[in-house]
Amino acid sequence: MSADTRARRQLHLAAHFPGVGNTTVRADRKSGSRIDFASFEHLARTAERGLFDFFLLAEGLRPREHQGRIHDLDAVGRPDSITVLNALAAVTDRLGLAATVDATFNEPFELARRLATLDHLSEGRAAWNVVTSSDAFTGENFRRGGFLDRADRYTRADEFVLLARELWDSWTPDGVSRPFAHHGRHFDIAGEFTVPRSPQGHPVVIQAGDSAEGREFAAAAADVVLTRHGTLEAGRAFCADVKGRLAAYDRDPGDLRIMPGVTFVLGDTAAEARERAAEIRRRQISPRNAIVALEQVWGVDLSSYDPDGPLPDIDPEPESGPARGRVGVADPFAVAEEWRALSRERGLSIRQTVVEASGRQSFVGTPESVAAEMDAFVTAGAADGFVLVPHPAPGGLDEFVDRVVPLLQERGVFRTEYTGTTLRSHLGLPDPVWKG
Amino acid sequence: MPRPNGSRLLHLAAAVDQEAGFDAASHIGSARLAERGGLDFVTLGDSFARPGPEALAVLARVAPATTRVGLVPTVTTTHTEPFHVQAALATLDWVSRGRAGWRIDVSTTEGEARLFGRRHALPADALWHEAGQVADVAARLWDSWEDGAEMRDEPTGRFGDRDRLHRVDFEGDTFSVRGPSIVPRPPQGHPVRVVDATDRHARRTAARYADVALIRATDPAQAGAVRDLLHAAAVGHGRNPDELRVLAALTVDLGAGERVAEPGWGSALFARERELGGGGGNGPRGPLYRGGPVDLAELIAAWHGTGAVDGFHLTPVEPSRDLERLVNGTVVLLQHRGLFRTFYPGSTLREHLGLARPANRYAETGGAS
Repeated sequence: MSADTRARRQLHLAAHFPGVGNTTVRADRKSGSRIDFASFEHLARTAERGLFDFFLLAEGLRPREHQGRIHDLDAVGRPDSITVLNALAAVTDRLGLAATVDATFNEPFELARRLATLDHLSEGRAAWNVVTSSDAFTGENFRRGGFLDRADRYTRADEFVLLARELWDSWTPDGVSRPFAHHGRHFDIAGEFTVPRSPQGHPVVIQAGDSAEGREFAAAAADVVLTRHGTLEAGRAFCADVKGRLAAYDRDPGDLRIMPGVTFVLGDTAAEARERAAEIRRRQISPRNAIVALEQVWGVDLSSYDPDGPLPDIDPEPESGPARGRVGVADPFAVAEEWRALSRERGLSIRQTVVEASGRQSFVGTPESVAAEMDAFVTAGAADGFVLVPHPAPGGLDEFVDRVVPLLQERGVFRTEYTGTTLRSHLGLPDPVWKG
Repeated sequence: MPRPNGSRLLHLAAAVDQEAGFDAASHIGSARLAERGGLDFVTLGDSFARPGPEALAVLARVAPATTRVGLVPTVTTTHTEPFHVQAALATLDWVSRGRAGWRIDVSTTEGEARLFGRRHALPADALWHEAGQVADVAARLWDSWEDGAEMRDEPTGRFGDRDRLHRVDFEGDTFSVRGPSIVPRPPQGHPVRVVDATDRHARRTAARYADVALIRATDPAQAGAVRDLLHAAAVGHGRNPDELRVLAALTVDLGAGERVAEPGWGSALFARERELGGGGGNGPRGPLYRGGPVDLAELIAAWHGTGAVDGFHLTPVEPSRDLERLVNGTVVLLQHRGLFRTFYPGSTLREHLGLARPANRYAETGGAS
């Protein structure tokens, strides 16, 4: 076995502190505060105990609203991600620290400086997950307001990342600061950057790349791509597509890591794992959550409906759009019809239908089968690794680290110790070439 | 030991700026040293105009490595979004479990404006007026989540109690913010706001919004006069002057050993800003005091005895040398004389400063815990 161990494709693992959405089972005992530093510290230490590549924090810029009011079923509160990661640098030694930060309501000089500072203070473990927003809803909290047309989200983000790299390159590797000047469509700035070149040269750049625009942006600018998890075939097609775009930017397939976001449920037997998975889905969709999920499709107030009763026979009114600050349902009529059919065929109530229609966990099974499935995905070229979203946060990752990581190590597809100190070294990414 | 001025406790703070301070270890060393001396807080300057890391990030990195000392980074208000400013400070308060402060400053130069490319440099009065509005909206956003609004309600599956979340609908002269914040109300309610009140425009902002004002003087009478002005202005804004701590800011050169023949004020009375790697506030740092640790202890005891100030903010001329002399010399002497705490009775910066946790303006119950 040790002979082919060397040839096995290594997988990469990251942990994501769950943010918005219904992933966290709030009633679970292992589900702690979303704000106390102790919660972040626990999850980060667990990830480092499991030798994970990095820990990813989400971002919020305005609490979501539903029917014109704060959406209190959702995880609406969260601390500033870069600040939390700086504190986590004090309680971890090797774990990569990735902050999700919006490129629409931040400025390149300031954000590049914050990220370079994090890279210095963590001795080379910083990453930036670039996201974009364009809605006027979020803009109401900022000087700019809703300034950016939806179509310009990526052009601004593109130029933003490019400019951040110019700033990170503005100090020579031997510590001499040189003035920069950038005159572009979105930014016209000049001066001197205040932070010397950081340990990684450039913090790792992460990008969620499902859309065609996102894929192109990732191929041009990202070190890691986050994506939805699907079938093995879909994963292979996605990887082939994104990595196929790299050559146009003079990059090699090895310069980019593709990591789907996944959930997992473990059990001592396959049947036990399936039962637990079903139970988790039931608990994730409370009666009120079921009605809210319905309202997000129908676009109207359905609070008078009984969660244990039948689905509404009225048609959706998508134009009224009750949910603000989140992505809408693409084709509400189709979804409504699909849900009605599901309810009819199997005699399901509103809540049962939403539970049934909600996404299945990505990996459900015994530790052995989950390790084998993950390995198979990576071996087949359907992913380079996974971003795990534990159900109860912060306690839900321990089980994976204790039971699945050792099996991945036995299979020879996951590190048994950190061999480098920087996140780039964990990910096996080349150091960026300094462009003076 | 009886205190000459009754119940007023002495408060001490120190700047921990240092040259080329991009690594965590040197900052942690300074903060721990200050904590060993029982200091109320340390400050770390920041500016976009010269090399240096983000100060708030450095003190977030320091937070888990310390347990009691207050952590007060400079965060400027001219180019940073008010919403981001308050969220980062609230988060510093969460990760330090109630030890965050905010030294408010402005960016005055056209050079700094060019780094952002969004507006030109403005005169100091406009910048400090805006800084006041940022301080105002920050406090509103910290209040926009009532205490305990973060909940995990098992029967209903709710995360937050939306009846206890509030929009702030703030319309400033140069910006507006809808709210609520994204960060639940921090442990101190409001992180402590510190303003260097030397500039007269800054003084107005300090009188209205600061919990701690830094002033400059070379004798107690002068300091007392400035403090009276600040207190009168605070009253004019409807504040209780007891809610404002006034600290004399001194730059100290303790290079002369235990005692010098003639301790006293530096020849350049108001020391020029030093080019420290960690940055520092804009404008003069002075007055510069030269002497031994014992001499400084006597000066502090004498000033404090008159009741002219609530304490001192000390900036070492030579960080690696003077902070150690300050803590192991001056502070130890003040402790022996019963003038300064020998341990922290409280855990938050507000508790060190004797400042109450503010009530929440949006809570019907008052919101204090």
